[in-house]
Amino acid sequence: MRDELRAVVERWRDRGTETGGDGAADGDGATKTDGGTETGGDTATDGGTETGGDTATTGEFRSERSRIRRILDRDIVQSAPFWLPPFLLMGFFVYAAIGWNFAISLTDYAGFGSIDYSELGFENYRAMLSDPAMWEATRNTFALLVGFTLVCLVVGLVLAILLDREVRFGRTFRTIYLLPMSLSFIVTAQFWMWMYNFNFGIVNQTLGAFGLGPYSWLGNPQLVLGSVIFALVWQFSGYTMVVYLAALRAIPNDQYEAAKVDGASTLRMYRRVIVPQLKPAMVSASVVLVLFALKAFDFLYAIWGYRPRRGADILATKMIREAFNKQEWAYASSIAILLFALSLAVIAPYLYQQHRQGNL
Amino acid sequence: MSRETATSDSVADRETASDDRSDGRIDRRTLASVRRVGLYAALLGLVAFYLVPVETGLVTSFKTSEAVRTTLPFLPPGPGGATIEKWQFAFGALSNGMVNSMLFTVPSTLLCAILGSMAAYGLTLVDWRGQVAVLALFIAGIFIPYQAVIIPLTEFWSVWVELDERLAFLWALPLLEEHHATILELIVTHTAYGIPICTILFRAQYQTMSWEMIEAARLDGASLWRVYRRIVLPLSVPMFAVVFIFQFTQVWNEFLFSLTIIRSVSDPAASVTLILSGLGEALEGVDFPLRMAGAFVSALPTLIVYVLFSDQFAEGVRV
Repeated sequence: MRDELRAVVERWRDRGTETGGDGAADGDGATKTDGGTETGGDTATDGGTETGGDTATTGEFRSERSRIRRILDRDIVQSAPFWLPPFLLMGFFVYAAIGWNFAISLTDYAGFGSIDYSELGFENYRAMLSDPAMWEATRNTFALLVGFTLVCLVVGLVLAILLDREVRFGRTFRTIYLLPMSLSFIVTAQFWMWMYNFNFGIVNQTLGAFGLGPYSWLGNPQLVLGSVIFALVWQFSGYTMVVYLAALRAIPNDQYEAAKVDGASTLRMYRRVIVPQLKPAMVSASVVLVLFALKAFDFLYAIWGYRPRRGADILATKMIREAFNKQEWAYASSIAILLFALSLAVIAPYLYQQHRQGNL
Repeated sequence: MSRETATSDSVADRETASDDRSDGRIDRRTLASVRRVGLYAALLGLVAFYLVPVETGLVTSFKTSEAVRTTLPFLPPGPGGATIEKWQFAFGALSNGMVNSMLFTVPSTLLCAILGSMAAYGLTLVDWRGQVAVLALFIAGIFIPYQAVIIPLTEFWSVWVELDERLAFLWALPLLEEHHATILELIVTHTAYGIPICTILFRAQYQTMSWEMIEAARLDGASLWRVYRRIVLPLSVPMFAVVFIFQFTQVWNEFLFSLTIIRSVSDPAASVTLILSGLGEALEGVDFPLRMAGAFVSALPTLIVYVLFSDQFAEGVRV
């Protein structure tokens, strides 16, 4: 329907701009199709008066004008006032800034005076390779990324399946499970610092009741990353749950009925019939989770400041520390480029896949 | 006689058979209800898991430093150990930050929603080849780590623009002060980085909208602006609610821009998250009751919004 109408509009437009004679009728057509935009209205009335002259020069003039008109009529030009200003604002702050960041990463700017772009080189990237702290941060980043994403996907799936079928107060449960997501990381970090507190925290007190611990959850290099992942799963599993729930609700009811009639057990039904259909939801949720894990900074900063405990330093925290604590701006911006490349490696295939499936 | 016994036997048989059947029914019913009980037990256990950190924070915020050491962390303080002193202190310390956060959160949320809806309209309306590329740039813009732009951003605001000096003539006016330049910078920054997600949220709705009416309006001579104002905007009111709620929460909770653009906790423009990150830190250790009270005070606006509009929030999260 939309395409047909578009075709009609297109045909009218062409008639209105290209045929020279019959001023009145054409003029009418043009005003109608152009939908009263300034340019459309103007040229249409012009066309009406000019056809009276009908000489060679006005003919040329008209073909010139009609070309401009055709350009102005294009959808891209007509819709530009709507999407171009937001696009430029966003593009400047996101994409121009990334380019600028790359330029800074090629300098040796370290906080004195202004940035000197005359000598560019890849020194910072070479320094990155030989920095042992970089390797540790990269390893921690990947551990956080994998652990956090997998656990979140599993917990979210369990929550969604529990809530999916005829649960009374289902909405209340969902609201409670999603609640941590509405809090800022600075706030949740306060809560978990107290939960993990060595002497008085709930975690150690509960374990103590079973004769375990106490453990230094936020101090022991072997435990810190796990503790951080646990707290972040607490905050983010509600998100995966919501994504899964939307996908579960889209599965038609008769599939559940059919599985029940076949006598499949609930567990079997979910494993064989339902969960395989959740793959698209899983992919999009894990893209978001991975990207989040890459930039998880606020939470770590709120607990430890610029320098997280050994074992919990990730690329995002290291980058901010190099820049805003040590003033190693150029080196920090090269770490930023690495972070950008890592997230691009996740986004690009996802966008490409979405494009191929026609979802863009 | 034998026939009688036979019949009675068969009756008995039938009775036991029907007994069996009803037993089975009961079994299945009890099984189903056992399952149901298990389901609700699991759901309630999870409620406990998700609420315990919040609950222990809440009871701790009402304890004196003494009571923190002597009572269990998840139990409320006894009559002697209860105080609202920490809440009063937290309110005092954070009130300025709350005002600042409001000053940049509300305008940037409004701007984001309007610009995002316009961009989505422009991008859904058209069919041209480059559209997919523009759209991909919008979507990728959601996910770009802020670390990749944070150094040029601080360079841009602090060296290139220097709003506080450029707008110096304004600070003489009533109600305006120099630190409002920083607030303005934060408004622009948050708007720019919020546009992608708002655009995608609006686009998801505009794609499902009925285009017949819009095309018909255009054929009748309505301009794109008119179509947008008269048809598209009224239809997107529910989506505006989603975007407002989601974006408000995002901007209010944001920390990295506060840390890098405002820099100092003592800056008059310091946001609520920035002040909270340094609250209650002292040489003798962390004052946990104060921190918990501070956490609740600074989360109050988002908590209220969330409890009232959790459906809209969930919808915003999903994209």
